[in-house]
Amino acid sequence: MSAIQIIPIEWYLTLSAILFGMGALGVMYRKNAIILLMCIEMMLNAVNLSLVAFSAHHSDPGAQVFVFFIMAVAAAEVAVGLAILIMLYRNTGTTDVEVLNRMNW
Amino acid sequence: MNLTLTEILFFVLSAITIISGALVIFSRNPVYSVLYLIVTFFAIAGHYILLNAQFLAAVHVIVYAGAIMVLFLFVIMMLNLNETTEPKTALWSKFAAVIAGLTFLPLLVGALKTSEAVVMAQPQNSDIGLVKTLGQVLFTDYLVPFELSSVLFLSAMVGAVLLGKKSTEETN
Repeated sequence: MSAIQIIPIEWYLTLSAILFGMGALGVMYRKNAIILLMCIEMMLNAVNLSLVAFSAHHSDPGAQVFVFFIMAVAAAEVAVGLAILIMLYRNTGTTDVEVLNRMNW
Repeated sequence: MNLTLTEILFFVLSAITIISGALVIFSRNPVYSVLYLIVTFFAIAGHYILLNAQFLAAVHVIVYAGAIMVLFLFVIMMLNLNETTEPKTALWSKFAAVIAGLTFLPLLVGALKTSEAVVMAQPQNSDIGLVKTLGQVLFTDYLVPFELSSVLFLSAMVGAVLLGKKSTEETN
């Protein structure tokens, strides 16, 4: 017995929207580049949650395969992103995005 | 109003998800942010189990809580980031971010409100989240993306090693 038969899909979509909004808020609110990456992870998870809810609602395993691919891409993204951040820290001594503004204008 | 066990579980998990997600944003220490994000991920894995996606729940815990967050924690500890090194956000910037974030939420909720009422597409099949079903779909319909993701991983691994290693002038 799946929860989707009891809980309407709108609730899951609302939760997913709130989580996505919090991730977007975090990206604007914080200045530490590592925390920014973590907030991006939160937004990816919001999308994953809505995809799984849709998958359960339609009894379609395709959406869950998509979530699997999103996880794979997220893992690759974090590995490369953190490597770039370590290199930036080694060269500039900071992870503050206000300092790393040479491409600003 | 009588709540069933599933509804209670949904609300508890949602509350944990949202509160720990907010704590990720608003805690000063980056290590605390990582720990709260792990709590968020476990709550989302609970949601997956509620939705009968057992395979995804297991993979989510292993990949996110096990691999990605350990990587974050490792990098934060290696760079020795803590409350004192945490960059300060200007007050006007905080206000602007909160206002922009809070205008984003009504947009999404309003889009949900105006959408049509959804009806069940077909009778429920509760074992779509099992490894057997997902494996069959993954290795028949989605075989090409699956193989491409292995190439993506290889290039990500090479890229991470190349970026992470010291340049040759430094080592000589």
